[in-house]
Amino acid sequence: MKKLSLLTSGIAICLASAAFANDDLVSQMENSKQWAIQTGDYKNQRYSALDQITSDNVGDLQVAWTFSTGVLRGHEGSPLVIGDMMYVHTPFPNIVYALDLANDGKIVWKYEPKQDPDVIPVMCCDTVNRGVAYADGKIFLHQADTKLVALDANTGDVVWEVQNGDPAIGETNTATVLPIKDKVIVGISGGEFGVRGSVTAYDMSSGEQVWRAYSMGPDSDILVDPENTTHLGTPVGTDSGTNTWEGDQWKIGGGTTWGWYSADLEENLMYYGTGNPSTWNPAQRPGDNRWSMTVMARDIDTGMAKWFYQMTPHDEWDYDGINEMILTEQEIDGEQRKLLTHFDRNGLGYTMDRVTGELLVAEKFDPVVNWTTGVDMDPNSETYGRPAVVAQYSTEQNGEDVNSTGICPAALGTKDQQPAAYSPKTELMYVPTNHVCMDYEPFRVSYTAGQPYVGATLAMYPAPDSHGGMGNFIAWDNTDGSIKWSIPEQFSVWSGALATAGDVVFYGTLEGYLKAVHAETGEELYKFKTPSGIIGNVMTYEHGGKQYIGILSGVGGWAGIGLAAGLTNPNDGLGAVGGYAALSDYTALGGQLTVFALPN
Amino acid sequence: MILAVRLLAPFAIICLPLAAAADNLAVEYTEDGRSFTDDDVPTFNVAEDGTVDWPTFSGFRRYHAECHVCHGPDGEGSTYAPALKQSALDMDYYDFVDVVTNGRQVINAAENSVMPGFGDNPNVMCFLDDIYVYLKAHGSGTIPRGRPPKKEAKSDVIREDEDACMG
Repeated sequence: MKKLSLLTSGIAICLASAAFANDDLVSQMENSKQWAIQTGDYKNQRYSALDQITSDNVGDLQVAWTFSTGVLRGHEGSPLVIGDMMYVHTPFPNIVYALDLANDGKIVWKYEPKQDPDVIPVMCCDTVNRGVAYADGKIFLHQADTKLVALDANTGDVVWEVQNGDPAIGETNTATVLPIKDKVIVGISGGEFGVRGSVTAYDMSSGEQVWRAYSMGPDSDILVDPENTTHLGTPVGTDSGTNTWEGDQWKIGGGTTWGWYSADLEENLMYYGTGNPSTWNPAQRPGDNRWSMTVMARDIDTGMAKWFYQMTPHDEWDYDGINEMILTEQEIDGEQRKLLTHFDRNGLGYTMDRVTGELLVAEKFDPVVNWTTGVDMDPNSETYGRPAVVAQYSTEQNGEDVNSTGICPAALGTKDQQPAAYSPKTELMYVPTNHVCMDYEPFRVSYTAGQPYVGATLAMYPAPDSHGGMGNFIAWDNTDGSIKWSIPEQFSVWSGALATAGDVVFYGTLEGYLKAVHAETGEELYKFKTPSGIIGNVMTYEHGGKQYIGILSGVGGWAGIGLAAGLTNPNDGLGAVGGYAALSDYTALGGQLTVFALPN
Repeated sequence: MILAVRLLAPFAIICLPLAAAADNLAVEYTEDGRSFTDDDVPTFNVAEDGTVDWPTFSGFRRYHAECHVCHGPDGEGSTYAPALKQSALDMDYYDFVDVVTNGRQVINAAENSVMPGFGDNPNVMCFLDDIYVYLKAHGSGTIPRGRPPKKEAKSDVIREDEDACMG
């Protein structure tokens, strides 16, 4: 009976306005007592207006309650809170729990999909999942095997499901989805398996495919208008997704879309970045390899691209461009503008006009970045917008079978997917970063569907001549591209940050600490060691008049692979081996949610 | 060269808990830049000055392209995948080849461990012996972590075999 009434109201909604679902999520996100979307809001600011926990009292924070997820491997993303319900997800097998916050976290429903375990090894870098999404009374789960499932948020019943990709050819999923207007927009992983990246919009009420935009390929595949889609103000022209590739390499060209999605409803645009071109051996794919490594602005309803910006043409280091695009409204050079800020794997922090795609700022957000001397900012230059590559660190110029040494950052980037936060109060971005460099040797590989397609060997080590640690947590001014303060960390900071109106910024560490620092100064105000290393994102909500901070522990992901046994620096010569910290000396596997609050 | 390794072999017997395992390491003969035990199982060949034979170097390179995304740098293991530098010592060569070729799964309440089969992947199969001897060389403590600093040149026969295998 209840189901029936839900269904009929659904039909009424369809007739009345397709935008209803969007209105629902928008109003849920505006209620700062909730955490209604993984990214905090459509702008990806990860900012909460809650201010019960402040820089003055956060030192008194205590663990309020905990929850074991029952899964051991890497836990990325965060829970959602809608009303009295909390939704907690896990890595593969991608269990979803609905917990009743009004009833001591009692499990209201649990959903566990059946997936073929063969998907596990085609997931590069652990079986992570960056969380579920909510809209229109449904929870959207995008499983490892690329099945997108809509669950009834109250009961956990499957409303519809659709298969987005094919794990047999290496297509998998790790990302959350973007529910917006009457659509659910999803990406795909598999750049190390020669997957051609795409973004797909499904109808929120039926699961039917509405549009799909590939990252490379013919114009009809990549959804561009050759005359009106622009790259730094210039039309992209015809065949832009194939004419910087040799032969058919674009068909296995990578440019996957496993990061975060943001949106500006006023402009009707969504924003995301594309990943590395495959293979990792640049000699096997001459040309700029458009549109890998690209910031994309697309129309939400049609997928048509408004503008692109390719940050790293012809990648030679695996600097995926998938990190989040943070949307803000700020004054820059005396003018109030709609901005997009992006901290790329390549070590550059970009600030752009998100309406026009104009590049305003491109500066290094870690001083050790050395593969480029910087981006050409002269609009009249032939190389406008291109990074100047330093020959010594060019794996293309050094050639196949040559080991290029001392490249900063390493392939995992100065920052990976772990999302930054923005506080409108301080107008600062809070950025979790990696402080790791590498040696990189490309060589020839052949392609087999569903098999790794890498073509380079690499060794990573903490940035030389620095503090010896592998990470920093920094505050960044995106209007002039400068670091305001920087906290050295022993390990890469692989946890998403949270900024709050209480002038406190939170992040997690790979050893397992939840840390709270002052938004203005970076001064450490509180830390607590959770049961396992943190690669999840900090969230906050209010329930029963009390503000809570929630974080998933569960070490893993790329960090758990590269750092488990510790890093070595081959350039230090023999004898220095084992000189760097091993993560396995600090933490072990285990998925757990820890929730903090002030004492009564 | 061969003499140097023969001299090393008794030392390896002393270091390892199982004498049988040492037989799986010692070089009995070398052909066209590849070395084998007296059971005709591929093995590494490392000179006193640390120069590794080409297969060991090649194995280092291929391991860090195909295997390290799960098993961690230098075969040391990750948060969820075993340290292959140990597996290469513990496992019989033919079992090792079987697991890499066909994969295996350990799925239960506590574990979701899945090794894929690489049987149709030339980037792995054409270099499987190289990867195996590299892991034994590091696992036995003969070479340390990291990129081997000195290596023998690739022999003509190895080059021809690789080209034929990679197609």
